[in-house]
Amino acid sequence: MKRAPGPKATIDAPIDNRAFDLLSGTLALVLALHASHLPWWLSAALALILGWRWWQRRRQTGRVPAWLKLPMLVLLTLVVIAWYGSIFGREPGTALAVGLLVLKLLESETERDARVGISFACFALMVALLFDQGLIATLVVALGLLPALATLRALQPARLPASVRGTVMSNLGLLFAALPLALLAFLLVPRLSTPLWGAPSPRQATTGLSDSMTPGNFTELLTDDRPAMRVSFDGPPPAADLRYFRAYVMGYYDGRGWHRRPPDPREAVASIEAGTTVSYRITLQPTRQRVLPTLDVPLQAPAQSQMQPEREVLADKAVTEAISYAGTSASRYRLQAVLDPASRQRGLQLPAGFNPRTHALATQWRQRFGNDDAAIVQAALALFHDGGFRYTLAPAPLGRDSIDDFLFSTQEGFCEHYASSFTVLMRAAGIPARVVTGYQGGYWNKLADYLLVRNSDAHAWSEVWLAGRGWIRVDPTAAVRPERVTLGAAAAAGDQRDWYRNDWLQDVRNRWDIVNRWWDQAVVGFDALRQRGLLTPFGIRDTDTGMLGLLLAISSVLFVALGLGWALWRREARDQLRAAMHRLENKLARRGITRRSSEGPQHYLSRAARALPAQRHELEALMNLYLSLRYAQDHPPTESVRAFSVAVREFRPLDVVK
Amino acid sequence: MAPLLQRAQQLAERRLPSLTRYRRAEKLPIELHRRRIYIVPTGFGLGFSVLLLVMLVGALNYANNAALLLTCLLGAASAASMLVAFRDLDGLRLGHIRAGHAVAGQPIELTLAFDSSRVRQAIRVELGRDATAFAIEAGAVVHLKLMMPTTRRGWQPLARLRVWSSWPLGLFRAWSWLHPEQAVLVWPRPEEAGPPPVAPAEDARHMRLLQGDELAALREYRVGDPQRHVAWKASARHDNLLVKDFERAQNRPQWQLDWRRLDGLDAESRISRLARWVNEAQAQQRHFSLWLPGNIIANGSGPEHYAHCMNALAQLP
Repeated sequence: MKRAPGPKATIDAPIDNRAFDLLSGTLALVLALHASHLPWWLSAALALILGWRWWQRRRQTGRVPAWLKLPMLVLLTLVVIAWYGSIFGREPGTALAVGLLVLKLLESETERDARVGISFACFALMVALLFDQGLIATLVVALGLLPALATLRALQPARLPASVRGTVMSNLGLLFAALPLALLAFLLVPRLSTPLWGAPSPRQATTGLSDSMTPGNFTELLTDDRPAMRVSFDGPPPAADLRYFRAYVMGYYDGRGWHRRPPDPREAVASIEAGTTVSYRITLQPTRQRVLPTLDVPLQAPAQSQMQPEREVLADKAVTEAISYAGTSASRYRLQAVLDPASRQRGLQLPAGFNPRTHALATQWRQRFGNDDAAIVQAALALFHDGGFRYTLAPAPLGRDSIDDFLFSTQEGFCEHYASSFTVLMRAAGIPARVVTGYQGGYWNKLADYLLVRNSDAHAWSEVWLAGRGWIRVDPTAAVRPERVTLGAAAAAGDQRDWYRNDWLQDVRNRWDIVNRWWDQAVVGFDALRQRGLLTPFGIRDTDTGMLGLLLAISSVLFVALGLGWALWRREARDQLRAAMHRLENKLARRGITRRSSEGPQHYLSRAARALPAQRHELEALMNLYLSLRYAQDHPPTESVRAFSVAVREFRPLDVVK
Repeated sequence: MAPLLQRAQQLAERRLPSLTRYRRAEKLPIELHRRRIYIVPTGFGLGFSVLLLVMLVGALNYANNAALLLTCLLGAASAASMLVAFRDLDGLRLGHIRAGHAVAGQPIELTLAFDSSRVRQAIRVELGRDATAFAIEAGAVVHLKLMMPTTRRGWQPLARLRVWSSWPLGLFRAWSWLHPEQAVLVWPRPEEAGPPPVAPAEDARHMRLLQGDELAALREYRVGDPQRHVAWKASARHDNLLVKDFERAQNRPQWQLDWRRLDGLDAESRISRLARWVNEAQAQQRHFSLWLPGNIIANGSGPEHYAHCMNALAQLP
């Protein structure tokens, strides 16, 4: 098959101003989408170059000379290397790509240049999603395709003049028409189980729980309103005071803070006798950590994770993308009813030479209550409740003997301070105790029946071991501020809330979270594992790559058939005039005046007028109108044709005079 | 190289008409039907599909579902644009073609009338080296002018037209041949120079300006013009004197152009000489008659007469 070359002139001719404006606009949008992760000065410089080139091209068409372009290219490369230390990797690669894209505009003059620029811009739009694949970001990037498509349209010759709205609508229409096929391909394109090249580089540290706790390091977390996880329950949700999600158990105190004990693989998982159990499913946002928070206390570890001896759940690898897992937990339980000596010793560990007043208080309690550990726990909680303690997110700083300072002088703090000092008090009194961190509370979304847990719901509490009852959860913060447990962190913080967290705004945010949750579950969290289970409702347990490919092929053919149907569908260019005349002929034929095949309209209607003398005038009027519409002009005006049509409809032939 | 390719194409079209999408000439009007519209990706389309592949692999590698969704959307939109390109041509109708006048060797102007029942944009038509593009509104008719090269006098069949469109995104090119069964008449090329026709002796009387007849034109005063010819009223509104020009064309002696008087010349030379005389007569607005073997054209003047004579010359065997 031969393909003649297109007219050369159009490929090399300079593009018009409209196309250039659209191209510049597309690039500006790409730059704006990348501005959040490029160094600000680079974004500013590139924006300046872009603006200058646009202004320059408006005044005079032509490429920017090479002596200006080449130094910029070299400078860009050097700047990227100087800033990032390399040109490989996600961040430097992106900076370089966006820079090159803007520099491409300097030499964009012809149709070919513009097309290369737009292709590259599409790629850069996709790269923006590697940094943020939230719903909003994805929507904005998808809308970024609109100016790109509009540019491609503007490169075509002989367009009909179109308004901005018309252009937007036609491109939106194209995208919407493409959406079903896109979604299908999205579902069926086989995912890679392992990346082909270098694993994605870790993001900057995200706020989240960590496996050590020093009083004060929750502060950032408690003011972070972003979702940490979402929990849906099989059956009714547990009561508000039972919504404790266990992440880390910290048993080692060094005088400043608490640390998680390195796991000992030989150690057995603490035994548990479960009372009532709750099943649930958690969608966890990426944490870059291995811990999987579970409702206190978990009975089994979910797939691809391990139960640790102290009933923490650690995944096999760090959570870098949103994941979803199911769990079952006991809300009434007896944990480790028998404490072995090693565990007991660990539960009583305290560094020597710290916090003498706390030790003194604990010794005093032990003397007063004898062997009644429960009474000592109650005494400590009573101290927090009645001792003038305050809950605040901005406590005064503490000295070396931090527990002494907290208990006897500052008396203000938040969950970390209370959990830490309570645990130290218990250990000093000879009761095995440890700190547990995780989340507590959350917002129950009634519309979609799930619990939204934010980073600000991070919490720390204690576990004490009482003979015969095992490890029991004690939340000293609740003694100070019961609202913290029943209403959540925001309520506990009281007037310290920021202005933007007022109630109705919070409400809007909570509703919006439903959409985000759906996005995270349905789109971002749709991984190879979920894809394999795609056809479970249809009885196919494991959908493998071949099956997916086959399905993709079949459904693509289906869509192509649908599209072809649309493309081939032609509305018959109906001749209204002809149709109206046909109706008139039918009406007359019912009275026996049939048009002969060789008979012209004038002859036929004259004959009809003679046969129906009572309606001669009407028929002659119709005939004249038809003749003038049909033969006097090439394109009769629509209104006149309609008038003829109406006249035909109103015409009622009477009986024929024989 | 080019002529070799052309010969290869001609051979292929003769031997493999269905593979080369060759179509015999057909009667106007021609409506583009789905069975004669072919779609191929453009160079840009091929490049873009490579880019989409790169984006797909990147999105899969980074397990980034949002990027994958974007890539799928872009890919599906590209595929949809193929159908839009097809629809841009499907149902387009070439109603009629009107040819202008041209002498052999000069391009002849063709006016193509396209009509359509729906809106179409960026449709390109190529005829040989000449190419043009048009857009058409629903129910409208577009008249398109294209130049076709000519080689020799006489009836010349229309060349094949290629009509194509890469609307809307330039990724796919839908194209089809239009091969109307129509010929255009190319006039003979007049000879460069030669003797004037043998005319009746020029009568000095005929050369004089006649008075009293209709005013032919006003022209600037030249030395020697009679005073009574000066248009005084018109001159008053003008910088220079204006003179009424009464000279009239029919007062020039008429020419009797005759094939038989040109003995000693071969047919083509006679035709080109006659063509030159006809041209001169037309330029001088003379009356002339033309005697051709089997065709005698009576005395006359004006563009229609001229065209009639040139057509007769063009159609000589």
